[in-house]
Amino acid sequence: MVERRPWLDFFAHAILILGIVIVAFPLYVTFVASTQTAQEVASAPMSLIPGSHFIDNYTRVLFGGTEGAGAAPPVFRMMTVSLIMALAIAIGKIVISMLSAFAVVYFRFPFRMFFFWMIFVTLMLPVEVRIAPTYKVVADLGMLNSYAGLTLPLIASATATFLFRQFFLTVPDELVEAARIDGAGALRFFRDVLLPLSKTSIAALFVIQFIYGWNQYLWPLLVTTQEDMYPVVIGIKRMISGGDSVTEWNLTMATAMLAMLPPALVVILMQKWFVKGLVDTEK
Amino acid sequence: MATLSFRSLTKTYAGDIKVIHGINMEVADGEFIVIVGPSGCGKSTLMRMVAGLESVTGGEILIDDKVVNTLEPGERDIAMVFQNYALYPHMSVFENMAYGLKIRKFSKAEIKTRVDAAAQILELSALLDRRPRQLSGGQRQRVAMGRAIVREPKVFLFDEPLSNLDAKLRVAMRLEIIKLHRRLSTTSLYVTHDQVEAMTLADRMIVMNLGVPEQIGTPMEVFEKPASTFVASFIGSPPMNLATVEVSGDGTMKSLDGISLDIPPTVVPQSVRGRKIIIGMRPEHLVLGGRGVRAEVEMVETLGSEQLVHARYGSTQLVVRCATRQLAESAISTGDTIEIGPDGRHPLHWFEADTGRRVEGT
Repeated sequence: MVERRPWLDFFAHAILILGIVIVAFPLYVTFVASTQTAQEVASAPMSLIPGSHFIDNYTRVLFGGTEGAGAAPPVFRMMTVSLIMALAIAIGKIVISMLSAFAVVYFRFPFRMFFFWMIFVTLMLPVEVRIAPTYKVVADLGMLNSYAGLTLPLIASATATFLFRQFFLTVPDELVEAARIDGAGALRFFRDVLLPLSKTSIAALFVIQFIYGWNQYLWPLLVTTQEDMYPVVIGIKRMISGGDSVTEWNLTMATAMLAMLPPALVVILMQKWFVKGLVDTEK
Repeated sequence: MATLSFRSLTKTYAGDIKVIHGINMEVADGEFIVIVGPSGCGKSTLMRMVAGLESVTGGEILIDDKVVNTLEPGERDIAMVFQNYALYPHMSVFENMAYGLKIRKFSKAEIKTRVDAAAQILELSALLDRRPRQLSGGQRQRVAMGRAIVREPKVFLFDEPLSNLDAKLRVAMRLEIIKLHRRLSTTSLYVTHDQVEAMTLADRMIVMNLGVPEQIGTPMEVFEKPASTFVASFIGSPPMNLATVEVSGDGTMKSLDGISLDIPPTVVPQSVRGRKIIIGMRPEHLVLGGRGVRAEVEMVETLGSEQLVHARYGSTQLVVRCATRQLAESAISTGDTIEIGPDGRHPLHWFEADTGRRVEGT
């Protein structure tokens, strides 16, 4: 495929550029809208040149909050809630699923495969299916409007458990035996050998689960009723008021821009990390 | 420094598959024992039982007169070298060697002294900061040995440590292991399927077949007095010729398809007369043109200074190892019929036809 044909080059570039424009244009419009005043955004057609209210709009959403029908707390507060939620979900999922995969792969206990299949079967139940009973449990435990209520039900992860199990199965048995002969107990082996070897899997899973946690909408919508526990995704929705009241689109767009930042940052920063992990496979 | 004993040791896997059928053996302090046998004979299982990686079904394993049956591998004071090295991929050479000591809570200084000393012996001093994947096969093997040495264990276990190396390196590492053993004289157990390794390394060897130790003895004992046809055909390359014959009362013999063998009755002991017996002759103890049997040459393999002549009489195959005949007029070629017989200087071996056990010539 190393053909050199000028028109083919041109064609390939054209398609790629078109793809980028399709993806990037809405983002650009969002950005432009977030730098204008509410009136400017509302006028048709909207100007596609960035306005002069960048700092103004962003400081207002970050620290001021909005009033009126679509009242939402300051974005800074919502971002903090989102960040704590996404981190707790990502880290919690990794910890829980690594430990359960470790148990399933390296220990012989009664009903081992039964438990594994139990975990596996839950893969088939999407959140939406079990959301009502889960809500009941969380409500009865008094965890509404708390970080525990936001994160705990989302932490159990069959997918991550399964991925770690598959990874652990590829670790040669001799390594386990060498560690046993060296005198390492189970947890010592986990900490000194398995954990360092799983670094790249952990990085990959962290990225996926962080974004999953950050983007949660349905579950926080159910368990949070107080404004100060709203994650930013719900905040955006709240700002878009229906009916007759005016939506301050410039502020909504600024919030959307801010909400996009952390997942993008995680992907960009961690990408380096797991690409490096993929290049020097240590196995 | 320690002794090692097996007391009627057995191993049965789930489903009543018996893989070790009772081994009794005393290993003296500092002895180098090689367990040799074909794949599936239970040799690795035996070693893994000593290591504590496999449970013991029956009998006892004693290290220094202490039963270790139920001890964890880490508590047995043994060190093992694995076939695929089993180095921790994310640790440097130094950390790999130090790991066992670190867990046993040795001081930093002590660890450093020991690792440096071992690295010196194994010529790894320049490689201590490398990762295993940056090392060649031979270097990884040395690191694996270093990891065993630094622990100064009571018993070394080697599980086919050389079989992943190329032929040349294998010979070099074999010498290294011999030298290392001279230096440290730690009691060692070494598993291999390679009879050359077994012969060169062992103080004593255990020849295993189907979970039974066929013979336990020094390499020369095993070579000169094989206890069974299995041992006879397993040790020595090419293997010993085995031919079933009927011996009459006066010492003359006939092959099963009626070809008579012209071997002087004086070398046929009383104990084998008048019965069906397996006669064993080492390829290097046969001569071409000697008194014995007329056989047709089927193939000649020339190895340089030596040649292997494959011949057949009736349904019996014979291999003769002899010096290559340089002269054109005496060269042997396929299809020739030649007389093959024992050289008369080395004793013949006799084995019972039904059990394959050795019959002493009396």
